[in-house]
Amino acid sequence: MKTSAAKLAASRAARPPADPGRSSDLPGPKLLEIYRTMVRLRKFEERCYQVYLQRKIGGFCHIYSGQEAVAVGMISLLGPQDYVITAYRDHGQALARGLSVKACMAELYGKATGCSRGKGGSMHFFDTSVRFMGGHGIVGAHVPLACGIGWAIKHQDQKGVCLCFFGDGAMNQGAVHEALNLASLYKLPVVFVCENNGYAMGTAVARGAAEENIYLRANSYKMPTCRVDGNNLFEVMDVTGGLIRRAREEFQPSFVEAVTYRFRGHSMSDPGSYRTREEVDAHKARDPIAQVAQHILKQKHAASGDLDEIDAEESASVEESVKFAEESPPPSPDALYEDIYA
Amino acid sequence: MSVPVSRRAGVPARHAEPAAPGDISDAVRMRAFRQAINEALHEAMARDDRTFIMGEGVDDPKLIFGSTAGLKERFGPERVFDIPLSENGMTGVIIGAALAGMRPIMTHQRIDFTLYAMDQIANHAAKRCYASGGRQSVPITIRALVGCGWGQGPQHSQSLQSVFAHIPGLKVVMPSSAYDAKGLLISSIEDNNPVIFIEHRRLYEIEDDVPDGHYKVPLGRGVVKCEGKDVTVVAVSLMVFESIRARQALAEAGIDAEIVDPRTIKPLDVNLILESVRKTGRLVIVDTAWKTCGFSAEIAALAAEECFGALKAPIRRVTLPDVPTPTTSALEKIYYPGALDIARAACDVMGLGGKVPPAVEASIAGMTTPTAPQFFGPF
Ligand SMILES: Cc1ncc(C[n+]2csc(CCOP(=O)(O)OP(=O)(O)O)c2C)c(N)n1
Ligand SMILES: [Mg+2]
Repeated sequence: MKTSAAKLAASRAARPPADPGRSSDLPGPKLLEIYRTMVRLRKFEERCYQVYLQRKIGGFCHIYSGQEAVAVGMISLLGPQDYVITAYRDHGQALARGLSVKACMAELYGKATGCSRGKGGSMHFFDTSVRFMGGHGIVGAHVPLACGIGWAIKHQDQKGVCLCFFGDGAMNQGAVHEALNLASLYKLPVVFVCENNGYAMGTAVARGAAEENIYLRANSYKMPTCRVDGNNLFEVMDVTGGLIRRAREEFQPSFVEAVTYRFRGHSMSDPGSYRTREEVDAHKARDPIAQVAQHILKQKHAASGDLDEIDAEESASVEESVKFAEESPPPSPDALYEDIYA
Repeated sequence: MSVPVSRRAGVPARHAEPAAPGDISDAVRMRAFRQAINEALHEAMARDDRTFIMGEGVDDPKLIFGSTAGLKERFGPERVFDIPLSENGMTGVIIGAALAGMRPIMTHQRIDFTLYAMDQIANHAAKRCYASGGRQSVPITIRALVGCGWGQGPQHSQSLQSVFAHIPGLKVVMPSSAYDAKGLLISSIEDNNPVIFIEHRRLYEIEDDVPDGHYKVPLGRGVVKCEGKDVTVVAVSLMVFESIRARQALAEAGIDAEIVDPRTIKPLDVNLILESVRKTGRLVIVDTAWKTCGFSAEIAALAAEECFGALKAPIRRVTLPDVPTPTTSALEKIYYPGALDIARAACDVMGLGGKVPPAVEASIAGMTTPTAPQFFGPF
């Protein structure tokens, strides 16, 4: 029993009222900046894919391609006082939060110049300077940490919010449900974002969840919950904008199910044989980046030549990051024994 | 000590329980560790319809690295099924099912994920028999894989045998060969207690002579993998492999190492280990895990308590350094010990001051076959 993501995304159930002002009316330069970030994520991921196949990098590598509107749309609404925390599919959130392409690529190459000095790798990007609290390898386990971050924000008067990303599979962990209850009980400024890409590895949502309408499961925790089309940047931003504001101003936690799709397998070693070609193609036809490009052209914020230029610039920057990563030194052997304690 | 005759020349004998007549043929039958696990599951599940197996990915196309192949087709979706990401809850479910008469088998693609279920395992499964005065039991088998290499990093490569072995009421099994894996897994499933069955991912493609049909390797019985007179090397899991390589190289320097594989961490074959240490007077312990408060410390304490007088040299341990697993290959390479580290420890207890004779070093450097084929996934 499979529900098509498009159909899911179209369901308008339980949508909280958006704040006035629509993101689709954003001024051209701001939109182009968001577009550029989405392109950066895609170029980065597709280049990772290549260098991985060339065996220049190894280990875990979970590609984010296809889900860009969720990370970029939501994180673009944050300020420097806010926090982001996510699971192991963390490249997209990291780049959207402003980690440098070079530091991310070098981390995948296991170099000393990487954002975790090579020790974390793909699943464990961190950068405290932009309050990117990292990638986590144990499914669902970081969600309670988001509550703790919310706690610190609230009790230290930081006037911020913590955006917490996790997958549809994570929704089945008890830890996630404990966290949702605690956030609501203690009124913590956390926006929980469940990126429903249809699968947890090879397990389709309905095979793992009795109630496959994920946002309904969060409903019982007395917080605003909703579902958005995660491939539609503007919808993502319009809905999340209001929730972020309420978290910051009223310490009101909330829950968003963003329906999306990963274009690649679960990880580099997953051939994805549990999905049909037609299914994948149907989702690729709803490419979130192409949708934004169309809007930009239609609104005449830029000409297609300008978008090509952005593409080329982002490709070049990713290319530079590969060179940087390849030329960077590995950590020195002493580093093995460093950082065990603070 | 006398070692039973091997079924195959060059292969050390195992202390297997005699099989039923006709169950085991004499023909050599090479099977990978992965296949041995699979055969054990088929055998145990065919014999007892109270068994069922579940875990994340049990029936997905990768079939837990091939180890659950053919089970769903043969036993059906009620006895072989995928589960949601609910390790803690599901462990409670299998404990309940076991209390009510079933014999569940749970599979984790990484042992790191069992930590979510530690409450159920430690507070419930492990305690039930004792707390009920022996009136209840929890016959569950929890298969858990140890990741290693390939940049799996801090949360997907821990080797947690000592954490489980610390808790009374659990049995902890850690096979090093395909033969043992099959016999021990069958024993684990047929045992009336909670068993943590730890499979090292780097062993998965390594072949051994694996008899067809049903046979058991008893829990709590170790094996002398290779006899020797100079130094006892107690090693577990993948480290047995590395120790055998070290032993070959040490022979170049005239050092004759005896390799003892306990096969189960708990209950431990204390006598087998002590017998060997009393014979050689020297002890090196090799573990896949960290040093502090670990299996290696336990064996060292055992030797110190029980046969201190027989020791001719201080005990040496070869373990992971006490740091989380680094992801980068630059550090991973020096993080994992191998044959050379074992040889160095052996030379040390032999009084060579920790210096490895050039012939030994050259021999290890010249060994072309890697301990286990490098793997590039899956996940
Ligand atoms: C506790 C735990 N159990 C199992 C795994 C293995 N695992 C890694 S990712 C994954 C699927 C998670 O799916 P989802 O939450 O939907 O995130 P997505 O990969 O789709 O982004 C599984 C089962 C793990 N990392 N942690
Ligand atoms: Mg998913």
